[in-house]
Amino acid sequence: MDKYRVSSNLAISENGFMFFPATGDSFTLNEIGSNIVNMLKSDKTREEIIETIIEEYDIDKHSAERDITDFIAQLINFNLAEEL
Amino acid sequence: MNIAVTGLNNVDNPGPGVPVIRGIKDASEFSGKIIGLIYDSLEPGAYMKDVTNKNYLIPYPAGGLEPFFERLKYIHSKEKIDVIIPTLDAELYAFIKLEPRLNQLGIKMFLPTLEHLNFRSKDKLSSFCDANNIVSPRSLLINSLQDIRKIPIELSFPIAIKGIFYDAYIANNIEEAQSYFNKISSKWGLPIIAQEFIKGEEYNVVVLGDGKGGSIGSVPMKKLFVTDKGKGWAGVTIEDKTLLDTSAKIIASLGWKGGAELEFVKEKESNKFYLLEINPRFPAWVYLAVAAGQNLPFALYNLAMGKEVDKFETYEVGKIFIRYSWDLITDMKKFEQITVQGELNND
Repeated sequence: MDKYRVSSNLAISENGFMFFPATGDSFTLNEIGSNIVNMLKSDKTREEIIETIIEEYDIDKHSAERDITDFIAQLINFNLAEEL
Repeated sequence: MNIAVTGLNNVDNPGPGVPVIRGIKDASEFSGKIIGLIYDSLEPGAYMKDVTNKNYLIPYPAGGLEPFFERLKYIHSKEKIDVIIPTLDAELYAFIKLEPRLNQLGIKMFLPTLEHLNFRSKDKLSSFCDANNIVSPRSLLINSLQDIRKIPIELSFPIAIKGIFYDAYIANNIEEAQSYFNKISSKWGLPIIAQEFIKGEEYNVVVLGDGKGGSIGSVPMKKLFVTDKGKGWAGVTIEDKTLLDTSAKIIASLGWKGGAELEFVKEKESNKFYLLEINPRFPAWVYLAVAAGQNLPFALYNLAMGKEVDKFETYEVGKIFIRYSWDLITDMKKFEQITVQGELNND
């Protein structure tokens, strides 16, 4: 089960605007991106997130796995999350 | 209380005078006059009614300390200045030299010592950092075209080529280094500094040192928008303990007295902060610190007056400044006043 720690001070608004106070970087996320970050913040595993996204959105498992893995890799690349 | 401030050149490479005054005027305890000390009759801050009450042209200190002092003495005789806050690098030496004589007149300042000023100068910063375990890019002093040949032995390209006071260029090879050497040395003199180029994002910290090793306050900022001259045109306050601890260590190692701006770059690979420069005065973005909860300009004024000043413990993260230009409209009469009489009254 892949778990991640999202930086504790990462702020995300209801509109999907994300501000990382440690670097001053800001990002705009769409609804799915916001959901994923919020799920990561509440300690959901990658597998749990994939399941939830498949349930909530009309998307096949293969695409969900690929896109979510890629999205999390981007968060890690920006130092916003780390793999536990 | 009457406070005189320099650096009202609020142009595309703005001086810190206007934001310093803005901070002082924000303090509810402030009442009194703001006197603008200007080197050029078109310094915009002199024409801003909400910023300065009265303005005086002063001669460049490079023209000699005596005429500079005499002019300040004359202005003091008219305005009874309590505190002068110099905000420009190039004038600091003169103000520090004249500090005892200005004190005798009853004018107070809160400035670094000449020794501190020298330690942080661009040509000596590298040795200061080595001696105090502060991470900084490797640097070489270039005093002649022959010295440029040493660069590839000590550093690998690209490198930064910097003037002793201002200007910096990135050179990708020895030919470019040579051309920038000529360009900068003809303008700012020698030595030129060749510096290892650290790839990463720039972070700046505004600090106020109490002169005893402590920091009264410090606020870090990340530039969000940079002009083609490399000037931050927008920035945001950030939260980074390593950056604040490193800044506190630098101020403590120097025993820095007064305002300063520390410039860092965070290396992409290692996430390490490299100290690039220590500017010996508040930056032009100092009002961001005021807006974030640390009125450092007013704290500096209080320190100059010999008052006890509490340390600022917090600031608001995520405050943004966005600089803009504004066409101030004035009358020829005002321009005439400052040009002919050397004085401009805004009251």
